Amino acid sequence: MSVLLIAEHNNKEVKPFTLNAITAASQIDQDVHVLVIGNKADEVSKSISQVPNVKKVIHIDNEIYENYLPENFTPVIVKQAENYSHIVCSANTFGKNLMPRVAALLDTSQVSDIIKVISVDTFLRPIYAGNAFATVKSTDQKKCITIRPTSFDPAATSGGSAEITKADAGEATSLTKFIKREEVKSDRPELGTARVVISGGRGMQSGENFKLITAIADKLNAAIGASRAAVDAGYITNDHQVGQTGKVVVPDLYIAVGISGAIQHLAGMKESKVIVAINKDGEAPIFSVADYGLEADLFEALPQFLEELNKLNTIQK
Amino acid sequence: MKILVAVKRVIDYNVQVRVKEDGTGVVTENVKMSTNPPDDNAVEEAVKIKESGKAKEIVAVTVGEEKAQETVRKALAVGADRGIHVKVDGIIEPLAVSKILQKIVDKEKPDLIFMGKQAIDDDCNQTGQMLAALLNWPQATFASKIEVKEKSLEVTREVDEGLETIEVNIPAIVTCDLRLNEPRYASLPNIMKAKKKPIEQINASDLGVDTKQRIEQIKVEEPPKRKAGIKVASVEELVQKLKNEAKVI
Repeated sequence: MSVLLIAEHNNKEVKPFTLNAITAASQIDQDVHVLVIGNKADEVSKSISQVPNVKKVIHIDNEIYENYLPENFTPVIVKQAENYSHIVCSANTFGKNLMPRVAALLDTSQVSDIIKVISVDTFLRPIYAGNAFATVKSTDQKKCITIRPTSFDPAATSGGSAEITKADAGEATSLTKFIKREEVKSDRPELGTARVVISGGRGMQSGENFKLITAIADKLNAAIGASRAAVDAGYITNDHQVGQTGKVVVPDLYIAVGISGAIQHLAGMKESKVIVAINKDGEAPIFSVADYGLEADLFEALPQFLEELNKLNTIQK
Repeated sequence: MKILVAVKRVIDYNVQVRVKEDGTGVVTENVKMSTNPPDDNAVEEAVKIKESGKAKEIVAVTVGEEKAQETVRKALAVGADRGIHVKVDGIIEPLAVSKILQKIVDKEKPDLIFMGKQAIDDDCNQTGQMLAALLNWPQATFASKIEVKEKSLEVTREVDEGLETIEVNIPAIVTCDLRLNEPRYASLPNIMKAKKKPIEQINASDLGVDTKQRIEQIKVEEPPKRKAGIKVASVEELVQKLKNEAKVI
């Protein structure tokens, strides 16, 4: 029995969530092999070979893998899967897009988005946007699993020296063509991995008012989030959305400003280590998950908050 | 062009889901049920494409128990032409659903298949991709914009890094994100008209698909509750607590 993990990367660097997935994979079985499929992605394989939990790296390189099209990735994964009991991947848009395509061809019922490994075939996963946790046991011989990265710590990135082997590329698809990717460029930490997240909701009243949040984010080196209501109202672009239909975040500190705390938003942030809620409605459901609640008008509280932060001479980055 | 739209009946997204005391699942008795929200976006997009003259027929399909038919009826009320209800009771996994849909595709031969990116009950996010694999069709998941070209679709996808645009040859499968469009409400006359539109009933067992569960649900429980927090009186106190008690700033 051994585990094959599909690495997510951008052909130059490993995406951080791959490291969290490696931790989960090694809890299933110690024999973790990582499959790197990419274009001129040698550096990626090299860095993964240094992860102590990784026993072997399989590298498949071809220009057809530049843009991670699942139609191209799937056949080579299915071929490699022959030798493994578990095929795993992180449950972000990369893995969500890819893994079911692999699972269907292996005739395996996939277990999505696990948050805990209970045994080699039994896992814990949230359902109903995290309003219930299901313990599920896969009875398929080969198991396809996606991993919620924020539920596992990232694996160490140095100290290992796994062997890197090359495998043959497959055929290119004619069904799909990549056109472009518009990455949101920002000097801020990425929402999914930031240590501090500050989010605004409908209470912000306008996109312009988000500058109050931006100022605090600058001070705390925080990522900026938003509720679906704020996104739908056009205050901020949807890549900032935290929640069931946006991103799930687990920062050390989550500050919810002018967010009432709809079920769908709570699903995306309630696992955060410390939650602060600032809202003028004392009955808002967000207070039921907040460690520190401040019932106040955000237009007064935010400038004061910044002022108080400025008084501190040290701020953790 | 013919569009097949798959819809699923789930607990309404506004309902606070409760876990059954015996740990066998969540309470569904006397709970409001609706169409899975992104499936509404899938229906809406199909109707818009038909209105633009680029599609001739929309067929709405669901897989599920007797009452699942309501979701097909709703799709008919907003513009689908006819419906198919594949009847099956109990838990049915995405792999089995995609095998059933594959049979429907063999029969209906649609050019496009639309469905929501994920169902809000089991949160699996699998069916569209699995069906695409079984049919060997291209897939465009998490679609937030669809442009119909002569023999292809240009689809903008919402991915973690931002937005990605791909072109997929027709026939293709698209899974729809909530921001793809604003689903319309059915008007009363259209709801009445929808009652006369045909819904074909098929028993899953007659399709020769193995729908046996491959994943045993051992137990369903409430997630651990967060410890109740405190209310602070001022911004000053908040900052002091964050600094000295929580030690996060």
